[in-house]
Amino acid sequence: MADAEYNPRDWDTQPAYLSPEYKSTILRSPGKPLIPLPQSLSEVTGPVFGHEALNPLDNDLTKNGIKTGGEPLGERIIVTGRVLDEKERPQANTLIEIWQCNAAGRYIHAADQHDAPLDPNFFGGGRCVTDENGVYKFTTVKPAAYPWGNHTNAWRPAHIHFSLFGPAFVTRLVTQCYFPGDPLLSLDPIFNATPKAHGNALVMDFSLDVTEEGFALGYKFDFVLRGRKATPMET
Amino acid sequence: MARRQTPSQTVGPFFAYGLTPEQYGFDQMTSLGSGAMAGADTDGTRIRLEGRVYDAEGAVVPDAMIEVWQADAQGRYAHPADGRGSNAGFSGFGRFGTGTDPENRFIFDTVKPGSVGAGQAPHLNLVVFMRGMPLHAYTRVYFPDEAEANATDPVLALVPADRRGTLIATAKPGSSGGYVFDIHLRGDRETVFFDV
Repeated sequence: MADAEYNPRDWDTQPAYLSPEYKSTILRSPGKPLIPLPQSLSEVTGPVFGHEALNPLDNDLTKNGIKTGGEPLGERIIVTGRVLDEKERPQANTLIEIWQCNAAGRYIHAADQHDAPLDPNFFGGGRCVTDENGVYKFTTVKPAAYPWGNHTNAWRPAHIHFSLFGPAFVTRLVTQCYFPGDPLLSLDPIFNATPKAHGNALVMDFSLDVTEEGFALGYKFDFVLRGRKATPMET
Repeated sequence: MARRQTPSQTVGPFFAYGLTPEQYGFDQMTSLGSGAMAGADTDGTRIRLEGRVYDAEGAVVPDAMIEVWQADAQGRYAHPADGRGSNAGFSGFGRFGTGTDPENRFIFDTVKPGSVGAGQAPHLNLVVFMRGMPLHAYTRVYFPDEAEANATDPVLALVPADRRGTLIATAKPGSSGGYVFDIHLRGDRETVFFDV
């Protein structure tokens, strides 16, 4: 047994594997219960990424995909916040990767066949590593809603995909963050797969403090990863 | 506790340019992980781990992303929690989407991990992400040529005997160092997934 163990997954806040209104889960969810595995060195270690792995423009999606010399179309936004554990301890030096569609609702991915225009100056992928206070910051354009095939007239609410590592393989988190006040949220089976009491934990806050005068609107979002278990001394 | 864990959401179908850009032909960003895990200087026995992901109807999943995390050939992890020091140049992390191989395999060229101690048999830690999976799933890959170590592995011992085989790769016929680890989401051969 390793000396540092992490809190278990908080199943109250997590979506179920099988969430039938999100139809793809029916064929893609495990059928049998998960088997509990006590954490060992294999679980409390995980890949380490440093700032040196990144390029300077990786966290600026308004600049990292420019192909024709112009800027991407859309409403510029800043998304920033902290990566914490349950006790609000900052998670420094953790890699955050993001991807999103453009301001017209189209992903650059070849499999996206939605009939909305690509933007020659927008790639949609980015990443950064949190600083010593657990702070991250991205500059991008606001993604748009787009249709998908789950049911008749299904539209995904605008969202940004986030992937975080944290300090161990068990702290891995992949999620999506949404925009406040979006009428599509209550209609979205993916968003709704999250337990009702915790779905709003995925909605960013608009922030005038983060907003930059004459440049971009600001949004704040804090991520909470699994933290180290309290030792007897701390309880 | 002051804060609750952030809910997970599916990786969706369009992760490739953000997470595996080079594998999928996007030149705007470098990849931070790939299927080429072992470099020229990495110590250890070279292996290729490959497999496919099958849904509940037995269809091969073409848009899954697999991540692996493993110890080096001496059983050491490249992480501060492993105080033994790691094999320089080997990160132990791999990432591969199933959308580029004509057979929709994931393919990791790596080294065979050593035992990490505590009675554990050599294994890789593997995570499955895909559209239709709101929460990633953890499993482990063990080796068919480690029967003795597998027999006393404390994690395999937690698994009902009739399901242990789902965690053990098979030797790829006609290959040297090739192993196949297929992942079945449901059904008779459903892969064991762990709550870690």
